[in-house]
Amino acid sequence: MTDISKYETHEYDVLIIGAGGAGLRAAIEALAQGARVAVVSKSLLGKAHTVMAEGGIAAAMANVDKADNWKTHFRDTMNGGKRLNNWRMAQLHAQEAPDRVRELEQWGALFDRTSDGEILQRAFGGHSFKRLCHVGDRTGLEMIRTLQDRGVQQGFDVFMECTIIRLLTSDGRISGAFGYWREQGRFVVFRAKAIVIATGGIGKAYRVTSNSWEYTGDGMALAYEAGADLQDMEFVQFHPTGMVWPPGVQGILVTEAVRGEGGILRNKNGERFMEKYDPKRMELSTRDVVARSIYTEVKEGRGSEHGGAFLDISHKPAEYVKKKLPSMYHQFKELADVDITKGPMEVGPTCHYMMGGIRVEAETAQASVPGLFAAGEAAAGLHGANRLGGNSLSDLLVFGRRAGLSATQHAKSTAHGVIDQQQIAEAEREMLAPFDRSPGENPYSVHRDLQEVMQNLVGIFRTEEDMTKALNELEKLKARAAHVRVEGSRMFNPGWHLARDLKSMLTVSEAVTRSALARKESRGAHSRIDFPGYDEQWGRQNNVTSREAGVMKLRQVPVKELPDDLKQLLAEEATLGAAK
Amino acid sequence: MAEAILEVFRGDRESGGAKQYSVPIAPGMVVLDALHYVQGHLEPDLAVRWNCKAGKCGSCSAEVNGRPRLTCKTRMDSLPQDKPITVYPMKSFPVIKDLVTDVSWNYRVNKKIPAFAPKPDAKWKMYQEDVERGQEFRKCIECFLCQNVCHVLRDHNKKEEFGGPRFFVRTAALEMHPLDSRNRARLLKDELGIGYCNITKCCTEVCPEEIHITDNAIIPLKERVVDEFYDPILKLVRKIRGAPKPD
Repeated sequence: MTDISKYETHEYDVLIIGAGGAGLRAAIEALAQGARVAVVSKSLLGKAHTVMAEGGIAAAMANVDKADNWKTHFRDTMNGGKRLNNWRMAQLHAQEAPDRVRELEQWGALFDRTSDGEILQRAFGGHSFKRLCHVGDRTGLEMIRTLQDRGVQQGFDVFMECTIIRLLTSDGRISGAFGYWREQGRFVVFRAKAIVIATGGIGKAYRVTSNSWEYTGDGMALAYEAGADLQDMEFVQFHPTGMVWPPGVQGILVTEAVRGEGGILRNKNGERFMEKYDPKRMELSTRDVVARSIYTEVKEGRGSEHGGAFLDISHKPAEYVKKKLPSMYHQFKELADVDITKGPMEVGPTCHYMMGGIRVEAETAQASVPGLFAAGEAAAGLHGANRLGGNSLSDLLVFGRRAGLSATQHAKSTAHGVIDQQQIAEAEREMLAPFDRSPGENPYSVHRDLQEVMQNLVGIFRTEEDMTKALNELEKLKARAAHVRVEGSRMFNPGWHLARDLKSMLTVSEAVTRSALARKESRGAHSRIDFPGYDEQWGRQNNVTSREAGVMKLRQVPVKELPDDLKQLLAEEATLGAAK
Repeated sequence: MAEAILEVFRGDRESGGAKQYSVPIAPGMVVLDALHYVQGHLEPDLAVRWNCKAGKCGSCSAEVNGRPRLTCKTRMDSLPQDKPITVYPMKSFPVIKDLVTDVSWNYRVNKKIPAFAPKPDAKWKMYQEDVERGQEFRKCIECFLCQNVCHVLRDHNKKEEFGGPRFFVRTAALEMHPLDSRNRARLLKDELGIGYCNITKCCTEVCPEEIHITDNAIIPLKERVVDEFYDPILKLVRKIRGAPKPD
């Protein structure tokens, strides 16, 4: 029996795992509600993937297009998600986003301005109006710095470079978490009455991705192992425009703001190919459509030299491009020797975002395990089958705040649970095992193979044959991952860290593959070559993944029925048109 | 395939030294790619911080051929290939392991700076020309290269008395926010020791975001401090008018 007094132990009302936009917003709210709060972060504070969000925060503030309002934003979000969204989340999101943006401004954020001194908004794919509040093409940095400063001012505790490897439960509810400090490799126990998972996505399971090393599906896998339901795991967003050349930068994001500011996509013959795929919305079609269009052009032999499409903004004045897209200008100049004010960029799809995740209740962000909450990319529901650009940053703010609020309310109504020493002992044993194996495989080679499997077999276009093969491959990879060997010591050892992250990646990859195999239709980001059209039956169901007796189970749950007033709202679409 | 020799510091606080690795070169490769190659194929425990790999998060700072750089933005083909490319941790911060340094001091300094406090009557109307200066400072990605290169910290280790360029930039962003109500002159003078800076502009030179740290942040802040504390005429005027004192 493990004696927990041998571990560094901390006690909080609310523990937040993840320090991106959702985690920080949750922490700020929990602090404001009087909770004792800690934020645990795999990286240093301020480095989370939120900084990579470039284009803006979607909020119907109507500063530029006066006709915009929450109803239109709601409708755009539901249509972008192919109606598989949790309607209540989409409604709350559209209604609350403007207040969340104003709040950022009151905490010191400096957005770009309209000529009459309001927050400037730009056009984006799938949004009917100019809706994205932004700061050039570095909106995410502005947001994370603002939240970081606010949290520091309020005095939250931050555990930087600390990774959680197990959620602790007693009697089926959350009692804490167990993790390790990356620096020294020492273990640490958190006792907490409520936990908010805000760990982001799963991009690192794919070879070509915009995501950093952190996005290994930890939060989803931890929640799943603790008994929570996952939902919509088949919906992985491939952002249409990642860099394709040179090889080292493949996958790095090229913001949708390039298209928002008037960028044009062409194939190698100079044809503006979006005319074929979505003549109405062209480059500002939804991401699923644009990504598939580029993929198809390349596959049919009309791609660029390095297997992408050309994205051109050079028809705009050079000074304008440098002002509105400064990061893109520098990124291409320094990494690809391309001056985007003079010529086109080469772009292609990159694994960017996970619409699926932990199944939560709309109002409270509560998962199916008592005391467990989730927000941001780690949670499912808001975006349905496809997320609109700009809806992620607003998601982080709206549901980060709600998760922080509900977690605090939960913590206030409950006592600390018992820490199960058995759970800690198990997690510790498993974590240390790779040091004792000899011989054993290098975790990096298992990771590379996993990325190939997901990239090639469960990518943009999917078939039953490929995915059945993927499931077999995943089984083999699981066996290999259980036998990896780690060299060196426990001190800041990335190979060791990856050995643990592999386990999470394999769990979420299996959930993605099983859900994608089950959904026999094409919808949003999920495209089946063997089932190319919509299926009405599937359009009314969410795939839900859970663990039963150690085995992954999939079941279908009906999508929540819309109330009549919102049904009416969606029906009005035809009269208003989808895009301006 | 062409190869480059990478000479990387391996070790921790107590001991360590340079180790050489042979790395295959691909077109457009950056130093961080080379480090990842070492990690993925040769030494899985090589410690290096990185996140976005696109120059936006400021995690992968190191000293490449003696120059403080973001390794994700340093192209291998911009460096001479006829000798080893050296990669060392930032010198101004204690080494934890290999290329990872203890930058926690920066987070402690940051806590000293009073946050944005809007004027009570703020209408929240701001014009682009009024926010532009603040936006320049808010481009900072906290890579801490300016802190690393500043001689007050690097050679004199004045970490107790001096805040460093990063935090002058942060303070400047707050001070030049059109709606901020605070006065941070005393903080700049006493806590952040802005007087130590003798405007050698090393910080500006290494800033990957091209923020004009010295000209646009530090010099105007120095002027504020001088106005507040050392200008006899203003002092007299203030005494007569009873204008507010700095926080």
